[in-house]
Amino acid sequence: MKDIISTAEKQFLLSVISNGKRLDGRDTYDYRKIRITFGTEKGCCEVQLGNTRVLAQTSCEVVKPSASRPSEGSLQINLELSPMASPSFEPGRMSSYGVELNRLLERSVRESKAVDTESLCIVVGEKVWQVRVDLHALNFDGNLLDCSSIAAIASLHHFRRPEVTVSGEEVTVHSLEDREPVALSIHHMPICITFAFFQEGKYLLVDPTGGEETVMDGCMVVCMNVHRELCTVQMTGSMLLLKDQLSRCCQIAVVKVSEITDVITTALENDAKARKEGKKFGFAESKVTSRITSSNIEKQTVPIKQHSEGDGDDSWDEMEEDQEEEEAGKMKRNGSNEMESNNMVNIDRPGVGTIGEGLQNTWVLPEEESEDEEKPSTVETGATKAAVPNHAASEMQRKHSARKGVKDEDSGSEEEETMIVSSETIQESKKPEPIVQQGEVLDLSLALKNPSSTGPAGQRKKGKGAGRKKQKMGPK
Amino acid sequence: MAASTECTTVLPGDILTDRVNRSGSKKYKLGPGLTVQSEDVVACKCGVLKSKENSTFWIDNHQKRYIPAKGENVIGIVTLRAGDIFRVDIGSNLPASLSYLSFEGATKRNRPNVQIGDLVYAKLLVANRDMDPELVCIDSSGQSNGLGVLSTEGFMFRCSLHLCRKLLSPECSLLRVLGKKIPLEVTIGMNGRIWLRCRSVSETIGAMNTILAAEYTSDENIPSMVEKIMSAMAGY
Repeated sequence: MKDIISTAEKQFLLSVISNGKRLDGRDTYDYRKIRITFGTEKGCCEVQLGNTRVLAQTSCEVVKPSASRPSEGSLQINLELSPMASPSFEPGRMSSYGVELNRLLERSVRESKAVDTESLCIVVGEKVWQVRVDLHALNFDGNLLDCSSIAAIASLHHFRRPEVTVSGEEVTVHSLEDREPVALSIHHMPICITFAFFQEGKYLLVDPTGGEETVMDGCMVVCMNVHRELCTVQMTGSMLLLKDQLSRCCQIAVVKVSEITDVITTALENDAKARKEGKKFGFAESKVTSRITSSNIEKQTVPIKQHSEGDGDDSWDEMEEDQEEEEAGKMKRNGSNEMESNNMVNIDRPGVGTIGEGLQNTWVLPEEESEDEEKPSTVETGATKAAVPNHAASEMQRKHSARKGVKDEDSGSEEEETMIVSSETIQESKKPEPIVQQGEVLDLSLALKNPSSTGPAGQRKKGKGAGRKKQKMGPK
Repeated sequence: MAASTECTTVLPGDILTDRVNRSGSKKYKLGPGLTVQSEDVVACKCGVLKSKENSTFWIDNHQKRYIPAKGENVIGIVTLRAGDIFRVDIGSNLPASLSYLSFEGATKRNRPNVQIGDLVYAKLLVANRDMDPELVCIDSSGQSNGLGVLSTEGFMFRCSLHLCRKLLSPECSLLRVLGKKIPLEVTIGMNGRIWLRCRSVSETIGAMNTILAAEYTSDENIPSMVEKIMSAMAGY
């Protein structure tokens, strides 16, 4: 059933896990990105958990109730694992994995009495509603259970059944146009959280991916609702768990469940709002077409700190040439800028920027060398000419504006490019920012270096572009 | 080659006889996704119809399932040792077979050291619709020529078939650019599997993410993309 896995993969995945890392750059307790979209029809919803995708559709029909429970409707949950999701899923007969998932979903949603089955009764002993949730795995990349449980509960919440009126013996099922359809009465939102254990429970991961699932020793599923009521707990695999590990998992599950519940309720609210306001909704509308599918990352705001204790106001006056540099000057002069509060980079004197403690500049180059390299590039870099001390300030400013998402004329420059750290996965990595800034620090130090080396202001202007250019090559 | 830039999306069952005949050439080659059914050229999968020099036609799409083709180099996982052959999973519908004699320097006495779970880089000798594919790890002169068992120190990951083809195309600069940043050893199988070995775990993760991100990156954007990921990975 499971994917065939080679020794090389197994060894590598285990060494990654024992190094406290994950292939997609997540932390141990991080979930992948959850995305919930609803179809045009009520009760239709697609959930994406990273690359795992599940499509859910709720439907209902009037049936005769069972003799043992004549006043209760029924709820059925069925998860279909087709080869579309993964080549390892066989068509036709249900695998043991499929049975396990189906059973867990039933236990979590039906047996926790999430749906009020008594409200599904139309005529006692005669007619009840049978609600059915069909789940289809569209793509498999681990943690199918969590994804399906989110899809099932979101779909049940989204679903509206037709209104029924009973007059004497006669039962009328009103069409959707005739009467406003009614929502199911749902008591709570049970959500499954999967934990994977490695090396006899030494390492624990939340939301395992397909690869991680193949090498795990065992896994535990905790199904809980936002009120911290435990609905189901299941342990599979060949390992023993300690008592405190179980309670730790439950504590993590509490946090995760409340997060996921928020995501589901927000998605439901947004959909309801869009329908109410007559806006566009449904799968076709929720698809982002002009999206870059990979190595795309949202712009981040990185705080910058300003220190105004220097005496270098004269040099700052030279910078009226470029608009953004002018702004930098203002920032400097009236130190009461709004960005001051949450800043990290100190600017002690104009042209000097330090991040953290500051180190000795080891990037000082012989003067002649820098002179030589400056000359050829003056021809092409007309846009970058400015007095040298401003360079640092403009750099800071540009950096800042880039982070704020302001589009200025230099926004195409490489400095800004590096600010927008790539790939979603890397976004989560612990410290991408200092690394990016390292280049900046070097940049500044060279900018500082230049004015002392070159004499007249005119030469300095020319030198600047080249200085920067060269510096760009340096750290790479 | 105006015809190759013209993009037509086709669905299974579409009759493309007119399209193929329009190219003017009497002889044409049909690639993956196209079949001949009673003198009609019919599409058998959905995707974009592509052509080359107006005589070769195929359908390009995003696909993970490998369909064996003769002469292609693939990465397989040894799943079974049965007598004198190994059963190798290459991601196709049927497992491939690999004789223990088709390794460099292997004789009846001197069997190659292949364990179950090992990765082999092999060439498809037989790829037929109704037969088990057959692999070899030697060329016609008995040399391994790069084929053989891959070290267990590296990491193998799966990607779409399209990405493998893209990486192997001479126009793709990704591996050249990436190789300048990280020393790496890479083997790309046409069956959507890439084996990778770098100096450290984090470098391997970085290289893997770069390769996977390259699927939707155009060639001119590759250097900046590599740069971004590398700078972000430096702190990981």
